[in-house]
Amino acid sequence: MAIKTAICSMIAACWRVFARPSVHYSLGFLTLGGFIAGVLFWGGFNTALEATNTEAFCISCHEMRDNPYEELKQTIHFTNRSGVRASCPDCHVPHQWTDKIARKMQASKEVWGKIFRTIDTREKFLDKRRELAGHEWDRLKANNSLECRNCHSAESMDITKQTPRAAKLHETFLFTGEKTCIDCHKGIAHRLPDMTGVEPGWTASAIK
Amino acid sequence: MKRILFAALVLAAAVPALVTGVVAADGQPGPRVSSGPHPITLDVPAEVTNREIVDDVKRVRNYADQPPLIPHAIRDYQIDLNINKCLTCHDRRNTEGSQAPMVSVTHFQDRDGQTLGTVSPRRYFCTQCHVPQTDAKPIVGNRFRDFDAVLGAGPAKEGAK
Ligand code: HEC
Ligand code: HEC
Ligand code: HEC
Ligand code: HEC
Ligand code: HEC
Ligand code: HEC
Repeated sequence: MAIKTAICSMIAACWRVFARPSVHYSLGFLTLGGFIAGVLFWGGFNTALEATNTEAFCISCHEMRDNPYEELKQTIHFTNRSGVRASCPDCHVPHQWTDKIARKMQASKEVWGKIFRTIDTREKFLDKRRELAGHEWDRLKANNSLECRNCHSAESMDITKQTPRAAKLHETFLFTGEKTCIDCHKGIAHRLPDMTGVEPGWTASAIK
Repeated sequence: MKRILFAALVLAAAVPALVTGVVAADGQPGPRVSSGPHPITLDVPAEVTNREIVDDVKRVRNYADQPPLIPHAIRDYQIDLNINKCLTCHDRRNTEGSQAPMVSVTHFQDRDGQTLGTVSPRRYFCTQCHVPQTDAKPIVGNRFRDFDAVLGAGPAKEGAK
């Protein structure tokens, strides 16, 4: 009984503070409290976002595991002499905040796709692949291959250490800003869809 | 009597197995795999892998119609119904941008010698004929001499380069 009244009076006291805060606490303290609460909220949001930003999350869907992931395993971005491994979010989710949220909004489309089974078999995936790849190309083209550049930067590229074939094209098209990575390096992580009508990066300008 | 006969039969049946068993344990000739000198029952360490030669330097052709060797990397280059990565550089319309040598006219000809507008289907799978090289040493010797050497016109050359 005594405990009950104690709790009741405590709640009442708290409520008084809550309802008319400035009587009991300084404005400075409140601002600080608000700030801390904001940080906590923002942090929690961020953490939730981080959890969906891992490869394990991506390949928890069989659509992603059986197709893109299986194919990625064959490529240089999975095993290489440097031991650096690119995972799905490295290439597919921008690291910057605003971009990240924009991408997440778009990702809701994938949940929709999951529910409506747009690519739940290999056949359906292959049929739809050109369209999906097209979205990725457009995105990377629009952000100047931002994700690639998070790991590879044109500034740090020593073209004298590259093979002449690569150096030549990088010099003519990349360093002049005429083209971006994805124009020339399509299909570096997955098999390509039907490429009829898609010109390689180095010819588009020559043909016009 | 019956028992002795049975025992003799069992022994006779076991002899070949015993012999091969002993032989295999000795590392003596047993069943062989065509790719190696050792019996298939023996564990041998894997051979070292060799490095690809990707220096972009064209190699000499040993005879006029040899498919030239590929002097560059082709890892993950896709050649299938969807895309032929090689042709994105070597096809007629792409060479200006890529500065790669164009596939020669023989690649446009069908088996009747007709020159087609695009690369002929029988030349579509490039790596059927063109291969990259590694720095591996030849497994067996080779006494090939090229045309000039046979005529005595050029320097004698042992083995394909
Ligand atoms: C809920 C299951 C599921 C998860 C988890 C998932 N995906 Fe997908 N993903 C799909 C489906 C289904 C589609 C096809 C959507 C459609 O039909 O438009 C798709 C499409 C894509 C596309 C094509 C993009 C486009 O714009 O068309 C990319 C890229 C992609 N996923 C990457 C990822 C990455 C990276 C992750 C991890 C961060 C991930 N996915 C997690 C199911 C999933
Ligand atoms: C997580 C970091 C990372 C990201 C993101 C990334 N890469 Fe890479 N990339 C690597 C590593 C590591 C290698 C292998 C380096 C080595 O050992 O040669 C590599 C190799 C390459 C190669 C050389 C292939 C070869 O056969 O030599 C190309 C081309 C390439 N990446 C293009 C891209 C493009 C285009 C993108 C964007 C779509 C991208 N990379 C995104 C890390 C990354
Ligand atoms: C004009 C076309 C073009 C553009 C634009 C381009 N590349 Fe390349 N790159 C090539 C070609 C061609 C090669 C050599 C062939 C190959 O690896 O398939 C190459 C090779 C590479 C290699 C391997 C280097 C070597 O020595 O073989 C890396 C890594 C690479 N590119 C990364 C990038 C990155 C990152 C970008 C964007 C910042 C980029 N490239 C933009 C055409 C291009
Ligand atoms: C090195 C960068 C890179 C990595 C790592 C990577 N992707 Fe991609 N992905 C791309 C690019 C570039 C495209 C655009 C199509 C193309 O060029 O192949 C793409 C396309 C896709 C597509 C559209 C369909 C298609 O095949 O074109 C899906 C789905 C996808 N990726 C999912 C994934 C998943 C899941 C993972 C992790 C297992 C992953 N990707 C890892 C670069 C990458
Ligand atoms: C990015 C453009 C590019 C791609 C893709 C490409 N090549 Fe090449 N290739 C070249 C260039 C440039 C040369 C000239 C020598 C050099 O720089 O390596 C060449 C040289 C060659 C040669 C030597 C020709 C000679 O006269 O000695 C052969 C053979 C060849 N390539 C075959 C192939 C095959 C087969 C493929 C596909 C598996 C392929 N190439 C893909 C650009 C390319
Ligand atoms: C049936 C075997 C065969 C196939 C398949 C084949 N080639 Fe050739 N290629 C040759 C031969 C033989 C030569 C040298 C004689 C000649 O030019 O016909 C040659 C020459 C070349 C040359 C040098 C041309 C020059 O003028 O220097 C290039 C480049 C080349 N091939 C690229 C390719 C590419 C790319 C493909 C795939 C689209 C391909 N080849 C498919 C047999 C083949």
